[in-house]
Amino acid sequence: MIKYILQRLLATVPVVVIVALIVFSLLFLTPGDPAAVMAGDQATPEQIAQIRESLGLDQPFLPRLLSWFGAVLQGDLGTSIFTGQPVTKMILERIGPTFSLMLVTLVFAVIVAVPVGVIAAYRHNTLLDNAIMAAAVLGFSVPVFVLGYLLAWLLASNAQLLPVQGYRPLSDGVGPWLRHLVLPVLTVSGVYIALIARITRTTMLEVLSQDYIRTARAKGASERAVLFVHALRNASVQVVTVVGLGVALLIGGAVVTETVFSIPGLGRLTVDAILQRDYPVIQGIILLFSFVYVLVNLLVDLSYVLFDPRIRY
Amino acid sequence: MTPMQKTGPDAALSAAPASKRLRPGRFLRRWPALSLGLVLLALACVMAVFAPLLATHDPQALDATQRLKPPSAEAWFGTDMMGRDVYSRVIYGARVSLVVGFGVAVLATAAGMAIGLVAGFSRLLDSIIMRIMDGLMAIPSILLAIAFMAMLGSSVVNVIVAVTISEIPRVARLVRSTVLSLREQTYVEAAITSGASTLRIIWRHILPNAMPPVLVQATYICASAMVIEAILSFIGAGTPPDIPSWGNIMTEGRALWQVKPHIVAFPAVVLSLTVLAVNLVGDGLRDMLDPRRKS
Repeated sequence: MIKYILQRLLATVPVVVIVALIVFSLLFLTPGDPAAVMAGDQATPEQIAQIRESLGLDQPFLPRLLSWFGAVLQGDLGTSIFTGQPVTKMILERIGPTFSLMLVTLVFAVIVAVPVGVIAAYRHNTLLDNAIMAAAVLGFSVPVFVLGYLLAWLLASNAQLLPVQGYRPLSDGVGPWLRHLVLPVLTVSGVYIALIARITRTTMLEVLSQDYIRTARAKGASERAVLFVHALRNASVQVVTVVGLGVALLIGGAVVTETVFSIPGLGRLTVDAILQRDYPVIQGIILLFSFVYVLVNLLVDLSYVLFDPRIRY
Repeated sequence: MTPMQKTGPDAALSAAPASKRLRPGRFLRRWPALSLGLVLLALACVMAVFAPLLATHDPQALDATQRLKPPSAEAWFGTDMMGRDVYSRVIYGARVSLVVGFGVAVLATAAGMAIGLVAGFSRLLDSIIMRIMDGLMAIPSILLAIAFMAMLGSSVVNVIVAVTISEIPRVARLVRSTVLSLREQTYVEAAITSGASTLRIIWRHILPNAMPPVLVQATYICASAMVIEAILSFIGAGTPPDIPSWGNIMTEGRALWQVKPHIVAFPAVVLSLTVLAVNLVGDGLRDMLDPRRKS
């Protein structure tokens, strides 16, 4: 088991290194001179050259890559061109709302999507199944910010039920925190629920046609036990895999949704950084999210042993 | 399938023309979702191609006296903050969405197939190529597209390039795995031992088998590209503001959506319906091309 975990950890190292290489190269190739931006309009060419030298921007590709990579390993993601603050500090200040949003969405989406997928498979080819699948196609098709405005208009603007803007940290109490998260979570979870429900249904359809399901029914297991114990357990490896892969949608969704609901998180930071052409910030956020994504999928791989006892490491 | 199935060597000959004859009524009953998707997609194409005829105003014409008007007989979808006609802008916006959607689908599929074939046939390049693809896939596609847009600057061509690069790995992986499994097939081994060239094997054996799943994948890429273009434009990193696209029309209505929802609502509905159309076509093609689903 420990050997397997180590193996999997080692296998993710090249992926992380390549991601870092891609992200660094993008910044390196970006036209424009960050030193000139930082120095401001009144700077003399000497001042700009000095800033460039102090940031190591006059170095060629390889030395810059190595010093950058060394710094990243120590948690230093560089300095923002726009604010002059360390990128790591800016990210840490904004991480709370985004991770709250992602985590609550993940839990909510799984709780809703898995039973819906199981029911669709159980009632295969009925009106209910068709309605669920039609809703899933719609969920895939409505872009996340469109869904955000629709929900805000339905639930907040007209009915005044929920706050449409902003975020309260968990330290303000669970109530206000959750109330401010309801609309953003519903928004981001749309595509995610569609994805998980669809894969749950497809996998359950395959599992339900297996011999051991007939055996379970024959020995008198209740329908609920057959569905949620015998069948779902065997479908869970595929479902968990897609839950992990879908985290990419969650990250993209969070970035956009924060703009719709004015949530001061990493998504807003990204959008502001794009408008200000603050490349070190963009680079740091992309690196962080990619790392989270790789980590989640590593955990998914390791979780297989919990769901399927046939998998032994 | 017909209830009375012929068997024997002449079955294929006599069955083929009959099943190829397309009767609209039967097609509609058998593939209702696919038909709906095709009709909606055709409508979006008509919008894009005949935009100058369908638009009632110049989509760029500013009119300070007509700012933020609600929908009326004069301006069907109302006007935006600068007095521009939202209906005409939405009509022209179809051009950007469809060009990006189809452009990315074609380019990502072509490049992904080429990369997948090389990886599948060359053991040496395989591990290098696939590590790069793994790295690209580890970056969530919207963020990768954002990174490219930050580097390239906003233009429609750059949106196509940025989204294409983030979609290539999916096609490359699919094609590579098809190549690897087909190479183990006896008939491909037979072709190799009988001295067929690699190009001939690709053309005769690999491509015909790889095409159906790649085609389905291409439609999903098209839908995803339209959504990513809209998202990029919406957050200000996509299509520049002087070219109307459904994403950037919504950006202009963003600050005022609670008081003037029409600026956001009309492009939102048209965008969602177009993406839905492409997804329905994708699902329909998948069911049509999947031999297991034929009953």
